[in-house]
Amino acid sequence: MLYEHLLQPFVEFGFMRRALVATLALASGGSAIGVFLILRRMSLMGDALAHALLPGAALGFLLGGLSLPAMSLGGFLAGIATALASGAIARFSSIREDASFAAAYLTALAIGVLIISLRGSAVDLMNILFGAILAVDDMALLLMASTATVTLVGLAAIYRPLVVECFNPGFLAAMGIRGSIYHYLFLALAVLNMVAGFQALGTLMALGLILLPAVAASFWAREVWSMTLIAAPIAFASSAIGLLVSFHAGLPSGPVIVLCASLFFLGSLLFGTRASLRTRLARPVHLRG
Amino acid sequence: MTAAVRLVDVTVTYDRHPAVHHVSAEIPAAEMTAIVGPNGAGKSTLLKAVLGLAPRIEGRIECSARRIAYLPQQAEIDRSFPISVFDTVLLGRWSRFGGFGAASHADIHDAGHAIEAVGLAGFERRPIDTLSVGQFQRVLFARLLLQDADLVLLDEPFAAIDSRTVADLMRLIRRWRAEKRTVVAVLHDFDQVRRDFPNALLLARELIDSGPTVRVLSAENLLRARAMAEAWDEQADACDVPVRLSA
Repeated sequence: MLYEHLLQPFVEFGFMRRALVATLALASGGSAIGVFLILRRMSLMGDALAHALLPGAALGFLLGGLSLPAMSLGGFLAGIATALASGAIARFSSIREDASFAAAYLTALAIGVLIISLRGSAVDLMNILFGAILAVDDMALLLMASTATVTLVGLAAIYRPLVVECFNPGFLAAMGIRGSIYHYLFLALAVLNMVAGFQALGTLMALGLILLPAVAASFWAREVWSMTLIAAPIAFASSAIGLLVSFHAGLPSGPVIVLCASLFFLGSLLFGTRASLRTRLARPVHLRG
Repeated sequence: MTAAVRLVDVTVTYDRHPAVHHVSAEIPAAEMTAIVGPNGAGKSTLLKAVLGLAPRIEGRIECSARRIAYLPQQAEIDRSFPISVFDTVLLGRWSRFGGFGAASHADIHDAGHAIEAVGLAGFERRPIDTLSVGQFQRVLFARLLLQDADLVLLDEPFAAIDSRTVADLMRLIRRWRAEKRTVVAVLHDFDQVRRDFPNALLLARELIDSGPTVRVLSAENLLRARAMAEAWDEQADACDVPVRLSA
């Protein structure tokens, strides 16, 4: 009974195994990226960045058809270009960075949809916007696994400067260290994860598996490292549960996985140990001093 | 008397408006100097200029300090960030272990001592978002202690801080002076400046006066500072005082 529901789908169907490995790879690197996105107060900018991959992926599609390398490379370049451009716009004009990100991503989304409609069908558009987790091939798996490796090793390497740059940016600057280098390295890793995620979850939801587990973890952890350690299993669980539910209920996998992560977020919001509703509404017992 | 910092005709502009205008002054070494002046007088900007953090600097800043420690205004730090008191303090030894090295036993030992010295023993593992403003300022002072700098720049160290904490932190500052470190603090409490800081630099975008506090904080100087700070001309002509780039 348990076996039939929980394991058999993976034992029996190759596409389910691939999907599981793919989402686990995305979750392991992405959840750590998500933690830093929220600590840098960049959640919405991350969202904008993910949308901005679209025109690049679309150009790749236009030139190479539904080929993963072409679309991934296009998406990566478009993401980096958007991050740099909106950073530059914010620095050289008085517009706020969030506004410049919003302007950049709306432009990108419109261009992207337009390019795809030049050559592709509505199905192609749906695939690119919402992903096709059950159709990942070896190439895509390799891309996702390499991304997870590069992300974890890269984040471990720049962990300390990145934490200090988030928490007290002037501190590094006062010692003559350019913290912005770490900011841009982090942005590159974030874009890389979104590119890897877009094959599975699409440009519109790639951030779901990155951001939601991290937000959920922030209701439990009191330090950056523990937040990362909590976010990863939440992302794993959302992926596995989401795949199984979508398999048994015959629902599209991407949205179900993201909704699972949302449920973890809601649960943490209600019952977490830090700043959750439970701690707000609990009977006001105070300590003796 | 040697100078720890020598400002030669320093102008710092934001969007072409000068925040600090043609300031020349010397900050004596191994002494305590207060920078005073009305809001918007360029006090914080001047500190940032010494650190090399100001956007556009004209003129020349000579600084003989080997190592500079800087206490920013609290608003510049994300106090909700999930980091412990101990880790925050240990960052003061960044110059030893950098971004990638490990902290030595000595560094960890000294961090514990610094936390004790600011009266926060037992707080090591507390996340900083559970601290009061005064406790957090003690944490930042513990970090300054670890930095072992010969020039310490403090930007409004006592803003919104109770008198007992101020007294405790002043004791640390006086200890730095005894150890021949140069201390420069942006302050608003004139009584405190007169009591504790032998030197002062009165700023209102331009330098009003600098030297012994008794002379600098005269009623006449303070009146001039207020009048100058209130003058802000959107249509001001470009300043054509020639900028001396090097002596």
